[in-house]
Amino acid sequence: METKNGVDTPGRAPIAQPHLRTDNWRKAPLWTFIGLTAFVVYATIRVFTQSAYFVEGANFHYLSPFASPCLSDSCGAAAEFGTWGTFPQLIPLAILTLPFILLFRLTCYYYRKAYYRAFWMSPAACAVPEPRAKYSGETRFPLIMQNAHRYFFFIVVGVSAINTFDAVKSFHGTEGFGLGLGNIIIVVNVILLWSYTLGCHSCRHITAGRINHFSKHPVRYWLYQKASKLNGKHMQLAWITLGTLVLTDAYIALISLHPNFDLRFIG
Amino acid sequence: MSTLEKHSYDVIVIGAGGAGLRAAIEAREQGLSVAILCKSLFGKAHTVMAEGGIAASMGNVNSKDCWQVHFADSLRGGKFLNNPRMVELHAKEAADRVWELETYGALFDRTKDGKISQRNFGGHEYPRLAHVGDRTGLELIRTFQQKIVSLQQDDFAEFGDHEARLKVFAEMTVTELVKDGDAIAGAFGYYRETGAFVLFEAPAVILATGGIGKSFKVTSNSWEYTGDGHALALRAGANLINMEFVQFHPTGMIWPPSVKGILVTESVRGDGGILTNSEGKRFMFDYVPDVFIDQYAKTEAEGDRWYEDQENNKRPPELLPRDEVARAINSEVKAGRGSPHGGVFLDVSTRLSPEVIKRKLPSMYTQFLELADVDITATPFEVGPTCHYVMGGVEVDADTEETCVPGLFACGEVSGGMHGANRLGGNSLSDLLVFGMRAGTGAAEYVRGLGDKRPAASEADLEAAGKAALAPFHADAQARTGTTAAPENPYTVHTDLQQVMSDLVGIIRRESELTEALDKLQVLRVRADDAAVEGHRQFNPGWHLALDLRNMLDVSECLAKSALERHESRGGHTREDYPTMDPNWRGVNLVCRLIPGTDTMELIHRPVPTIRPDLLALFDRHELEKYLTAPELAVLDSPQSPSSVEGEQA
Amino acid sequence: MSHQAEFKVWRGDSDGGDLKDYTVEVNDGEVLLDVIHRLQATQAPDLGVRWNCKAGKCGSCSAEVNGKPSLMCMTRMNTFDPNETVSVTPLRAFPVIRDLVTDVSFNYEKARQIPAFSPPEGVGPGEYRMQQVDVERSQEFRKCIECFLCQDVCHVVRDHDDNKQAFAGPRFLIRAAELDMHPLDSRTDRAVFARDEQGIGLCNITKCCTEVCPEHIKITDNAIIPMKERVVDKKYDPLVWLGSKIGIRHD
Ligand SMILES: Cc1cc2nc3c(=O)[nH]c(=O)nc-3n(C[C@H](O)[C@H](O)[C@H](O)COP(=O)(O)OP(=O)(O)OC[C@H]3O[C@@H](n4cnc5c(N)ncnc54)[C@H](O)[C@@H]3O)c2cc1C
Ligand code: SF4
Ligand code: SF4
Ligand code: FES
Ligand code: FES
Repeated sequence: METKNGVDTPGRAPIAQPHLRTDNWRKAPLWTFIGLTAFVVYATIRVFTQSAYFVEGANFHYLSPFASPCLSDSCGAAAEFGTWGTFPQLIPLAILTLPFILLFRLTCYYYRKAYYRAFWMSPAACAVPEPRAKYSGETRFPLIMQNAHRYFFFIVVGVSAINTFDAVKSFHGTEGFGLGLGNIIIVVNVILLWSYTLGCHSCRHITAGRINHFSKHPVRYWLYQKASKLNGKHMQLAWITLGTLVLTDAYIALISLHPNFDLRFIG
Repeated sequence: MSTLEKHSYDVIVIGAGGAGLRAAIEAREQGLSVAILCKSLFGKAHTVMAEGGIAASMGNVNSKDCWQVHFADSLRGGKFLNNPRMVELHAKEAADRVWELETYGALFDRTKDGKISQRNFGGHEYPRLAHVGDRTGLELIRTFQQKIVSLQQDDFAEFGDHEARLKVFAEMTVTELVKDGDAIAGAFGYYRETGAFVLFEAPAVILATGGIGKSFKVTSNSWEYTGDGHALALRAGANLINMEFVQFHPTGMIWPPSVKGILVTESVRGDGGILTNSEGKRFMFDYVPDVFIDQYAKTEAEGDRWYEDQENNKRPPELLPRDEVARAINSEVKAGRGSPHGGVFLDVSTRLSPEVIKRKLPSMYTQFLELADVDITATPFEVGPTCHYVMGGVEVDADTEETCVPGLFACGEVSGGMHGANRLGGNSLSDLLVFGMRAGTGAAEYVRGLGDKRPAASEADLEAAGKAALAPFHADAQARTGTTAAPENPYTVHTDLQQVMSDLVGIIRRESELTEALDKLQVLRVRADDAAVEGHRQFNPGWHLALDLRNMLDVSECLAKSALERHESRGGHTREDYPTMDPNWRGVNLVCRLIPGTDTMELIHRPVPTIRPDLLALFDRHELEKYLTAPELAVLDSPQSPSSVEGEQA
Repeated sequence: MSHQAEFKVWRGDSDGGDLKDYTVEVNDGEVLLDVIHRLQATQAPDLGVRWNCKAGKCGSCSAEVNGKPSLMCMTRMNTFDPNETVSVTPLRAFPVIRDLVTDVSFNYEKARQIPAFSPPEGVGPGEYRMQQVDVERSQEFRKCIECFLCQDVCHVVRDHDDNKQAFAGPRFLIRAAELDMHPLDSRTDRAVFARDEQGIGLCNITKCCTEVCPEHIKITDNAIIPMKERVVDKKYDPLVWLGSKIGIRHD
């Protein structure tokens, strides 16, 4: 930092203050920091405690998205796609999908912006100098791996299909069909997850973003427009889905501890 | 001046607007070395503000359009005072010049079949304006800027130097043209950044400096429009013609005061906007002049239908040429039917949906929202006339754009003749393209014709030019006037000049006021000579303004003199004391020039170039009767000699 | 209605300077540029400032207002508290010339490095046919008024002068996108150029450029990210790579 760089580079207007912003520019990165940290803490605890992730009754079958697909012998009725033996505590039950969901979100263009700003302060806010003197962006390892985002997108489309399957299953308990608040929460969560996923920049690119003649590919262009529309809300969906994931998981935890707390509409 | 920085080129282009850049591209493509000089940064010239579009009869939207119709529209719009040869070349070549832009990378809005879309504009019979939303000028400038970069890349590949044959000197103001005997030898100027002087030696200089609007108080023009090119040409011995014709655009913003004058593009009306007065009446129906009575709708219903069906209906009178609309608004306000801040209402929200408005007029939408807190998709907004364009300018040869000074060329707004008494919207951008290119060719031919004989500037002239440019630093009121008054502030003199021009030489003119204006201009001249500036030569706006003042005063004087002389009302010149158009004045161009060897201006009458019979044949005899004198019509009727109509007048 | 307001305007050149205090009259409906002009006309005739259109169309009047890169002609005075002291400085990512005027030649150099539009072979003037939907994406980027606010705010060069060599900046990444998405441009190497010569990898999509763009161009979402995706197509996608090896063409 000591060699004159950034706004102190010789030749630029010599101004003592590193920046002159008078608004509350710390607020946004602070909230981002708090929000993301809280989610990570919650998710870590829930994933590694391996408890209260599933509950089944006569007319419902609730499985937390943090534990789907449940692949340990310990899953019991929650295991819908077979099991791979008994997992120790440190192996998440959804070991098949969680790493990809994590990588998908970690390489998501929106989250990248969020954590570069809030955690790495690069930059914390616009026109506020960043604390580091050297910067190479996403040109080197490991950040060059951000370019793999689209592969995680493909995988997560599959994960979303599993989530959809879970949602359908959630209506069917040991004795048959039913409808409770839990189902609604799960379905809403899945819809929002799809909205987040399909609004991905890579999805936009794959549908038609990569071609230059929309007019010659009307179907792809139609899909592109839909993806673009969702993409416009990508930041909001990124936050909302963190919220609904937590809500879904927490609700299921609650019901698994107190099965009759579930607000039932049918069955 | 031994340390004076000097550069040599084949052609110097003063001005980096559409005209200058097109000229520079042409001269460079013909193999000459070219320098472009401009007062602002490259890419900021006034042309970037143009909104509506480029008029060219491509016939993409209505296939009936052709150059003949464009020709007739332009001549009609100019009230038959135009140089007919220029109008003809313009109408014939505009389409090719627009298509060429696509090969440079321009992206116009498209029709359904993938061609360049065209929109309606006042005075144009068919949809004719190629456009990009309401930022056509930006597209034009950027396209040329990028074309220039591409030529520079070619030069880099060939010579290892981007600027081998084409270089832009931005933020460089030319203060004087230098001559060798009668012929142009180059241009003298200073870098705005450092204040250092530079001489550009070149046998050919193309003026493309734009207009003069900054002499008026309410204007859509930027600080660059101080009439530099007009004044440079005048001082170099060239002629200015038609200077009395100034276009007041009918629709400028009028509220809040800080945005007063900023343009509201004519496309607002072209796309369906209507004008109403404080009583909610569409008053334009009351102001259709006789000469246009056959071309415009008589009822609101017909005007409305025209937007859907142009074959069977006539256009609404909101789309009359600008001079008519500006005068009508002026009359409404005077009659007490104006809007709260002294204008009238313009409304697009009734005919177009918010989505369409935002797509077709995006910058108008944001301009009003961000600067005036008005949502034009929901409510009418106030507009009033604003000084917009000067029809008058340097007299040039129609084909080559050469002035009467050998080696001096002019194109774009700074040149005169093309638009006659009034310019149609969209005809300026096409003018820049057509005559910019011709000026480039003209200059190239001239330079080639010279062979090795290069004119050279004299030391004495350079000395004098340097001294004149530094005068504001030495201005000393006491020495000059013998009083103890403080020296003048150039900003105050400028404000006073604008007040004089707006009050006394504005939309509606009178003999007494024009005489008064001329007197006041003399006083302002003395004050301008006393205007002193503080500080240093680096980027000193006070100094820059003091130098520009001289040009504004030269131009304003020409303008007021010509306006006083023309005893009629025509297009952009309205005399309260001579309210009608007089066919006897139709054939007269007023030429303003310096009496050779002096600083004194004189005004001479010169016939307007004749209109060829085949071109006259494009009009109804009935229509011609409104413009031509009885003898002119008689010539037209005589079966023996269908010869052309001479514009003659005592 | 008018009131007196306090301003801190940076005066000086590259050798030194400071924020000078001025008290200037402010009237209803005015923008910051009006105030700067009044300051020039009444108290500081030699205050260096660039402007042209005063309508947000030319991109000349860029400065930093209360630390934020902004166009002075589009900064309404009623967005400030009347008692607030407003600071106005030149752009801080470029060398200063004087007062509010900076040397923006960096941008013109970068512009010159991008290969120009390459016309399609065999299509003459007047024969260009393009659909509106196909030109709209590039048209968004052509709205750019070259105010260079995005270039100024971008931390890649603002905070790291040494990156100026390698990084073209958001303005010229949208130029790359514009040409790459042009339906008739005949070059196919623009994405690779964006990576290798324009340093698109240096951008960490933190979106400050989009935040300051007065033309509301979605620089990051519509240009930079799609270009990053196109770079992936060309450089990091094993399927495309394989496809190109075995001769399957992608457009
Ligand atoms: C708001 C607005 C909207 C408009 N809309 C339209 C429209 O839709 N359609 C249309 O056809 N016309 C329109 N016009 C008119 C048209 O834009 C102008 O007439 C035209 O752009 C003038 O171009 P130009 O090349 O002659 O000069 P400009 O583009 O004005 O360029 C003048 C150049 O000369 C330079 N210069 C001036 N003096 C000097 C000097 N002393 N030394 C060095 N350089 C100098 C300047 O720096 C500048 O680069 C509009 C005008 C305005 C103001
Ligand atoms: S998004 Fe990229 S280009 Fe834009 S400001 Fe941020 S780092 Fe710079
Ligand atoms: S992209 Fe926007 S911010 Fe950047 S130069 Fe263009 S208009 Fe200015
Ligand atoms: S998921 Fe956010 S961009 Fe792909
Ligand atoms: S003066 Fe043109 S953008 Fe501000």
